[in-house]
Amino acid sequence: MRDKKKQGNKLVNKKDPAVKYVEPAAQGLNSKEQSRRDFLEGSGAAAVAGAGISAFGIPGANAQSSSAVATTVINVVVNGTQHSLEVEDRWTLADMLRDQLDLTGTKIGCNRSECGACTVLMDEQPVYACSQLAVWADGADIQTVEGLAQNGELTPVQRAFVINNGPQCGFCTPGQLMTATALLSSNPSPTAKEVKDAMVGNLCRCSNYNSIVEAIVMAGEEGGLA
Amino acid sequence: MRSLTNLNVASFEEAASAAQQARQLGQSVAFSGGGTDLLQQIKDGTDNADVVINLRSVPDGRAIETNGNGVSIGGLVTLTELSEDPLVNASMSAIAQAAVSVGTPQIRNVGTLAGNVTQRPWCWYYRNGFNCFKAGGEECFSLDGENGQHAIFGGGPSFIVHPSDVAPALVAFDAIFQVTGPNGDREVSAEDFFVLPITDPVRENSLRENELLTGVVIPNLSANTVSTYYKVMDREAWTHAEIGVATVIQRDGNVAQSAKVVLTGVAPIPWRVQAVEDFLAGKQISAAVAREAGEIGIRDAQPLTKNAHKLPMTSAAIETAVLSLAAG
Repeated sequence: MRDKKKQGNKLVNKKDPAVKYVEPAAQGLNSKEQSRRDFLEGSGAAAVAGAGISAFGIPGANAQSSSAVATTVINVVVNGTQHSLEVEDRWTLADMLRDQLDLTGTKIGCNRSECGACTVLMDEQPVYACSQLAVWADGADIQTVEGLAQNGELTPVQRAFVINNGPQCGFCTPGQLMTATALLSSNPSPTAKEVKDAMVGNLCRCSNYNSIVEAIVMAGEEGGLA
Repeated sequence: MRSLTNLNVASFEEAASAAQQARQLGQSVAFSGGGTDLLQQIKDGTDNADVVINLRSVPDGRAIETNGNGVSIGGLVTLTELSEDPLVNASMSAIAQAAVSVGTPQIRNVGTLAGNVTQRPWCWYYRNGFNCFKAGGEECFSLDGENGQHAIFGGGPSFIVHPSDVAPALVAFDAIFQVTGPNGDREVSAEDFFVLPITDPVRENSLRENELLTGVVIPNLSANTVSTYYKVMDREAWTHAEIGVATVIQRDGNVAQSAKVVLTGVAPIPWRVQAVEDFLAGKQISAAVAREAGEIGIRDAQPLTKNAHKLPMTSAAIETAVLSLAAG
């Protein structure tokens, strides 16, 4: 993602034949339903294709570079849905979730396994999606923050985050929720100490730790959310 | 991330021969267990792997089992599994305590025993791309630089500290390291597995090119063995040891019949303090004995300009570890 943004800033050439440019009107820019993310992704994709960079698109699409990029087809279950995807070997799991499956709830913070914003569950265990190659997830069951609420119904730990103001800026919240979800699956009523031990790999730059710990303890207490 | 090719292999033997073939084709190669640290190094440019050999597809090396020789622990056992294993907790608690003290749950869930033991140093010069000994260069920048977290034992010409928590515990239990390479398997003693920079300033262990650590065997322990791993960090969690002490004692009543004391975070390899081991042999474990053990533990220390704080820290850590193994 970092590379894509850099390239996007460098070059926007609407006339390049390789650019799959879409008129703003056709993109629905005037529509109220156009989200900020849709807009950013649309303009970013045009810029990337214009630069002849196919690295972050569907492999092969708009490819102008002659250097072969290793790709692999993987089968992965994400939030209960089976996907068969061709991924570049160098893509991280976080890249794949965000750029291929549009599951942008998984945040990339440090992109170096330090902050935990990218935490997802791989076969029910929290892992840093920024530090796993997507190809390593072949055959795995992945759960992201998008898989928590069902039909608009928040999970107990999500509700507890709302009640306790768990999110401040909110950027770390998806990762916090995934680690907390794994903790509560294995230990349904954790103490504050157990919560802190389990959550050490999820940093919060707003330093809202007390509220986060209180939220997870509340989610675990019997009737804590009643 | 830079372009790379992932290669799934079905066995350690296949991993070794694939690495050999890739190198013969001029590719740089990395083995990946959990891969967390490897991907950081690739993103940072401190590892330039063209081919990543993925060991997740290897079914071997995942068991912890007792056999005639002792307890065998597969190299691909994750740190989470190691820290939760009943057998390890019951008879080798230092190993379980060391494993659970590593990094974060996210790292321990994928990180492996072999990966933890063979991880590259975390010296800030090396990790930030300085062309130091560890990167194949000709100097150690810590010597005249920021050396607050560098070696007080065994340094020179490189002054890195070994970063593994698990490794000192393995050494304290006299682990035998099992290695697979293109030409077959071999076993290496704990003493010979780790290599001081005076012998090889580039590498931290005696693995040869295309070889990988596939597991360890902890030789049979006498029933009166007790052990602990005590780790001091510069914050409460989620970092390497300023000083870590693995202590294994054969205890009769409250007498230490024999002892192994191995430090991490203070030397380029897991550092046995034999003077402490000799001192403890035959002693009743008491507050006074533990304190003296701590004092003896730093007699041979040679601090650099900014890491003298590690001396009292090391003494206190040895004292705490030894005293925690007193009977009752």
